[in-house]
Amino acid sequence: MVKRPVSLIYLCLIFVFLYAPIAVLIVFSFNATRSTYSWGGFSLEWYRALFQDRQIMRALYYTVLVASLSAVISAVAGTAAAVGIHRMKARIRRIFLALNNVPVLNPDIVTGISLMALFTALHLRLGFGSLLLSHITFSIPYVVLCILPKLRQLPAEVTEAAMDLGATPLYAFYRVVIPEIAPGIFTGLLIAFTLSIDDFVISFFTTGSGVNNLSIVVYSMARRGINPKINAVSTLLFAAVFILLLIINKRDAAAKQLEV
Amino acid sequence: MKKPCTGIAVLILFVPLVLLTLAGCSKETQIVLNVYNWGDYIDESILDDFEKQSGIKINYETFATNEDMYIKVKQGGTKYDVIVPSDYMIEKLIKEDLLAKIDVEKIQTYKYIDSRFLGLRFDPANQYAVPYIWGTFGILYNRTKVSDPVESWDILWNPKYAKQILMMDSVRDSLAVAFLRLGYSLNTTDTAQLTEAAELLIQQKPLVLAYVGDNYKDMMVQEEAALSMCWSGDAVFVREQNADLEYVIPKEGTNLWLDCMVIPKSSEHQEEALRFIDFMNQPEIAQRNIEYLGYATLNTAVFDLLDTQTREDPALYPPGEVSSRWEVFADIGDANVAYNRIWTEIKSR
Amino acid sequence: MKRADVNFLQYPYILWAGLFIFIPLVIVLWYSFTVAGADGDAVFSLENYERFLSPVYMQVLSRSAVLAVKSTFICLLIGYPAALIITRLPRMWRNTILLLLVIPMWINFLLRTYAWMVLLGRRGVLNRILEFFGLPGQEWLYTETAVLIGMVYNFLPFMVLPLYSALSRIGKETIEAAEDLGANRFVVFRRVVLPQSVPGVIAGITMVFMPAVSAFVVSALLGGGQYMLIGNLIEQQFLYVGDWHFGSSLSIIMMVVILLTMALVSLYDKGASLEGGNLW
Repeated sequence: MVKRPVSLIYLCLIFVFLYAPIAVLIVFSFNATRSTYSWGGFSLEWYRALFQDRQIMRALYYTVLVASLSAVISAVAGTAAAVGIHRMKARIRRIFLALNNVPVLNPDIVTGISLMALFTALHLRLGFGSLLLSHITFSIPYVVLCILPKLRQLPAEVTEAAMDLGATPLYAFYRVVIPEIAPGIFTGLLIAFTLSIDDFVISFFTTGSGVNNLSIVVYSMARRGINPKINAVSTLLFAAVFILLLIINKRDAAAKQLEV
Repeated sequence: MKKPCTGIAVLILFVPLVLLTLAGCSKETQIVLNVYNWGDYIDESILDDFEKQSGIKINYETFATNEDMYIKVKQGGTKYDVIVPSDYMIEKLIKEDLLAKIDVEKIQTYKYIDSRFLGLRFDPANQYAVPYIWGTFGILYNRTKVSDPVESWDILWNPKYAKQILMMDSVRDSLAVAFLRLGYSLNTTDTAQLTEAAELLIQQKPLVLAYVGDNYKDMMVQEEAALSMCWSGDAVFVREQNADLEYVIPKEGTNLWLDCMVIPKSSEHQEEALRFIDFMNQPEIAQRNIEYLGYATLNTAVFDLLDTQTREDPALYPPGEVSSRWEVFADIGDANVAYNRIWTEIKSR
Repeated sequence: MKRADVNFLQYPYILWAGLFIFIPLVIVLWYSFTVAGADGDAVFSLENYERFLSPVYMQVLSRSAVLAVKSTFICLLIGYPAALIITRLPRMWRNTILLLLVIPMWINFLLRTYAWMVLLGRRGVLNRILEFFGLPGQEWLYTETAVLIGMVYNFLPFMVLPLYSALSRIGKETIEAAEDLGANRFVVFRRVVLPQSVPGVIAGITMVFMPAVSAFVVSALLGGGQYMLIGNLIEQQFLYVGDWHFGSSLSIIMMVVILLTMALVSLYDKGASLEGGNLW
């Protein structure tokens, strides 16, 4: 097996790399001046300003809502799609795989503008619905990409063996296939959530009617410079996620202890 | 593995449900005014005041560039009532018949607007645009690092400051500097002049540390560079952060930029939009806004209220003669192709 | 066949892909093969593709591809061991670690990239740490190193996640069985782990390489906007020039080039699965 201390140090280094910028932006959320680059002393000014801001809190709400909805829907739809694609005949499968890759490959601006053109052609009022639809559209391909390798590792005989033992196809699917590909679904869900929460270009072009996400708020500040209020809201978001994670882990650990 | 997996999945499922129920409350049949502005470009408490005073609800949305905004307005799909584009973009919107005419008689506070900023080339008859904020651009430099006098755009080509110079990551702004140095119009479409300017920028490229966006401010404050292009409004903010920084409008001239409030033709609430524009120009409101933004005001009543120190700040309010050397950006139409081709060429060296 | 019964699962996706992927793709294709005629009508033309043949544009595309290849390669190099280590952790930890890996990406991209500028600047955090240890400060910001750091930073989780999901199935039992049969650790890795993980590697490469080709904001911010990348060029055509025709053809060309490259990669993959992993 891999040597423990070496591999743990390796993981730690990766986490230092991943969290260094986050630490920087958390520090600057407490900055006394309106700069996200030079330090001017400690202050809670930006947190105070944040709660008076009419745009950021709403944007945060839509960001989380769209990200969770699109992640869940994409995970479900992507699983179905992956299973479907997996069972297609080789030639058709290749076509669908290429089609599946188009949103991954297309520059955001092209996806954004072509979806906007599609929505306006369909006379769909841009807003929450169109935003959610486009997020699902660019997330599903990633979910499919996560699940397909798991399906390929799955021996075809497994389902058949289950059915030979009297399971209906659907039952076999739920009981045998789903648990096997669960890590793929889980990573797909995470990726879908992450992509949605961080998307600017596609969101910008497909939203409207007062629906904004945080990315739109942040990018639109680019001319004047990003207001440290954004650092404050990011810090809060980050803290919330962290606390939730701790609670879940605590609860799981407790549950484990009860079982024993 | 199953346990935390289901825990997280359940959580992700629950969040939207909770959020949806939270949102399902207030729904009123109130007039909603859709205001589309640059990010962080207004004191937001003014919006609250307007809502209180008028009973009109404001839906405030923001964009990052004129071009982003243009596509959204042009495509339709969502309607805006007041937008705040810049000079050349207004000209383009007018050409494409996307703006509604504004009856200035209905805007009582229109009289406060400094006449220097009216009747400019993008809206010669003042039919469409009500100016919001104005400014210039110039050179920001660090006194401790630049020994030569900073008077001319030439200094951005001085090899002494190699890798100490920041230029804007934008075709029009960077080309404008080259045009100013050569003494051409900022809106030239003459091929020979364009080529000459392109050569100048290519020649400058080895000296340039980076082509930057808004982050030039931080770079200058942190003394990562010695010289930078800079917008007048930002100059004030930057000087507060680092006392060694100085803003200068070079002798060859500068660009006068204006962001104006306009009403798109598709707006369904033009009367209310006018009311909003009127409100924004009320001296007390305009003053609060300018104090928040730190830019220069174009409201004469507000200007009179300023303290002398601010009024005499040459970065914000350059001496009168500068206005003979400034030029507003125009919509260059098809020449955009040539401009961007040059940019691509510079950026592929 | 009984298996056919779950096949209904593919129809919703076919419908969805048709509406939201295929139709927009057709719109883009249509734009790429037309130019604006005299009276604003679209006229069929190959002009947009001919325009691309100029050396300037070719250089833009190749520069983007090289940058994408480099960052994908580094992601794979760093990500593979990480994914492998995570699969060896106690079960309880794994999902938490995976989550910790993506949580930084939930903070806005622009903020993260700006934070890197604070870290990498001439007077940045990194140089101050170096100076503290008596080492000379380096020029990080506005170099290719900075661009690569930024790219790898943003794409690493998208490499690790699919790798983890592919590696997670290779049970301890398989590995232990191989070890019992006398294989040493290296042989186990080469003969058992690596071949089994190929689909995950392909998925990871796909998820990193493809978006990386058109990514340009990292290069603009951390590289100082010195070079134009294909993503810039496409954005420039759509937004600033307003030439959707040329912009579309650029993105079609980019797509074709990448899909062809990926097809080559998947040939490898097919070989691996056919020969049962004797490729290495």
